[in-house]
Amino acid sequence: MNALANLADQFIQWAFAVNPAVWPYTWIVQFLFILAAGAAAMGFVAAFAGPVTWVERRVAGRIQSRVGPNRVGPQGILQWLADGMKCYLKEDLIPEGADSILFRMAPYFVFAGMFGTYAVLPFGAHLVATELNVGLLYLLAITSLVVVGLLMAGWSSNSKWALFGGVRSAAQLISYEIPSAFSLMAVILVTGTMSMQGIVLAQGGWPWEWFIFKNPFLFATFFLYFTAAIAEGNRTPFDLPEAESELVAGYNIEYSGMRFLFFFFAEWANLWIMSAIATVCFLGGWQIPGVSPEYIANATGWTWVGLQALTFVIIAAKASTLVFLVIQLRWTLPRLRIDQLMITCWKYLVPLSFAMLVGVLLLMVFVPDGSILDWIMRILMTLVGAAIALTYLKRIRYTYMVDRDNYKKMSGKELWFPPYRLP
Amino acid sequence: MNDMTEAKMICATDGNCPVRNYFTNIRKAVVSIFEGLTVTSSWFFRRPATIQYPDKIEKPVQEMLPENYRGILEVDVARCSGCALCSKTCPIGALAVNVEKNAETGEREILQFDIDIGKCMYCGLCSEACKFDAIRHTPDFEAVSCSASDLVLHFVKEPVPVAKPKTAPPRRPLGTILATVVPGCYDRVRWPGMPETPEAAKSDAPAEKETS
Repeated sequence: MNALANLADQFIQWAFAVNPAVWPYTWIVQFLFILAAGAAAMGFVAAFAGPVTWVERRVAGRIQSRVGPNRVGPQGILQWLADGMKCYLKEDLIPEGADSILFRMAPYFVFAGMFGTYAVLPFGAHLVATELNVGLLYLLAITSLVVVGLLMAGWSSNSKWALFGGVRSAAQLISYEIPSAFSLMAVILVTGTMSMQGIVLAQGGWPWEWFIFKNPFLFATFFLYFTAAIAEGNRTPFDLPEAESELVAGYNIEYSGMRFLFFFFAEWANLWIMSAIATVCFLGGWQIPGVSPEYIANATGWTWVGLQALTFVIIAAKASTLVFLVIQLRWTLPRLRIDQLMITCWKYLVPLSFAMLVGVLLLMVFVPDGSILDWIMRILMTLVGAAIALTYLKRIRYTYMVDRDNYKKMSGKELWFPPYRLP
Repeated sequence: MNDMTEAKMICATDGNCPVRNYFTNIRKAVVSIFEGLTVTSSWFFRRPATIQYPDKIEKPVQEMLPENYRGILEVDVARCSGCALCSKTCPIGALAVNVEKNAETGEREILQFDIDIGKCMYCGLCSEACKFDAIRHTPDFEAVSCSASDLVLHFVKEPVPVAKPKTAPPRRPLGTILATVVPGCYDRVRWPGMPETPEAAKSDAPAEKETS
């Protein structure tokens, strides 16, 4: 029985003072609870995917020495509402010669494939719709629905550009599912469970208890997963299906209005999904440093509420950092060519993820969990991670300082304009 | 010959080892993505180049323009000798100058001096032809209006006697005449230091930054 049904049972006992096992209306209450959970998840998707479009455009603006949208609402924060409104009011066109049923269905497939993942994604210690014991498998399976949707959109549009985009996306998404699945398999092997909550519970709150810093192979696996996940989410540098310069817009070219928006809604919502999966599998999920999961489980009243909120804040902060990284990568790297895309997957990511899987297995055999060698490896990898982060900051400072004096000499103004100073 | 030695031979003969290339590619990818991210990160701390015209700017764009910027034309009819050289040189015929002799006083009068800024291509030939500095380009470029007829600027409201070059008054500050002529000029976006009304612009006009 999953957490939601338990919650419904508790609610029945508390509200109606009957035994939920024999009460004839239990299923109605459970159904209402499921609806409420679905609505909450949908609300989260909307509240995330909308504003993140604005964040992306502002980030893109600053990277390109621009400002980005800052007119609608304070600093343009309502830009996404204006865009959504505009798309609502547009005419819903179905091109002549298109297979209208498939054409109209395709966005829902893409959206359903994306939204289905929210059933198992944990948002906090107990904030999860279902604790499926094959959660990770379910995630990999349900996201394949997106491929069907994209292919459907490309095929039914009766346009060569859309068809090319759809076929490309099918080839790309199916190819990249292999490295991403193998990367997640390493985590499944280490934890021995496919449940998302089980994977989080196998880690700890401190960085050296996370799987990314457990050993060098898992460290590399994280980046392999991340690369494959970006490709699966059709993000630059892997946005071949919608390569504007070649395919006009790819599989969604014939779409307009709300249906067009659905594809992008799914794309941005997918940002959260891939970041949340990476967080859960490699970055310790919702674990609070110094607080044991048993303490959270046994807490009652306001302590429980506070701890739940804190776990949500922690997982949201980690996932948002990754989302930011994905957005920044989009404006850093150029798009790959289609052959380079396939080479990256089949010649590099697939063999490397195999190699990392074997490495993880070997270490599992020779370095048991909790042994001294295991701890030395964890501490060393954490130090390596910290060193990489430090080098990153130093290089940022270096690239800034190279141009600083020159800018002042040429424009007479200070170059310093930190992100919190909103133009 | 086993595989190892074969691989070594490939490496030794043409210096193009596939195994080494493979790992070099991985290293290059990692390093270039890392360096690329640091470069784009550093732009979060740099000043954006965007000038947020028209409202979020430190000073009006008109003041940032170079001195010889060719904006909307203006005519100081008090200095105009009525030679109509400007309208003759105008390649498009954007200027309409009408000078006639007044039958009562016997003086020549400018009856009409219209500039159609919808036609004007801002070439500057008219202001070059003018020997008395009467017609000049202002730095104002905001010529948007709701109707096309508003684009025709009438600089003469009632007949003005032509100026004698020696007794002509000094040139009024650039842009002050235009402000009285352009309809709705003062309904536009305001900037600090801009006179409150067209009348104020006429009276306390700042001293001209004359260079020539």
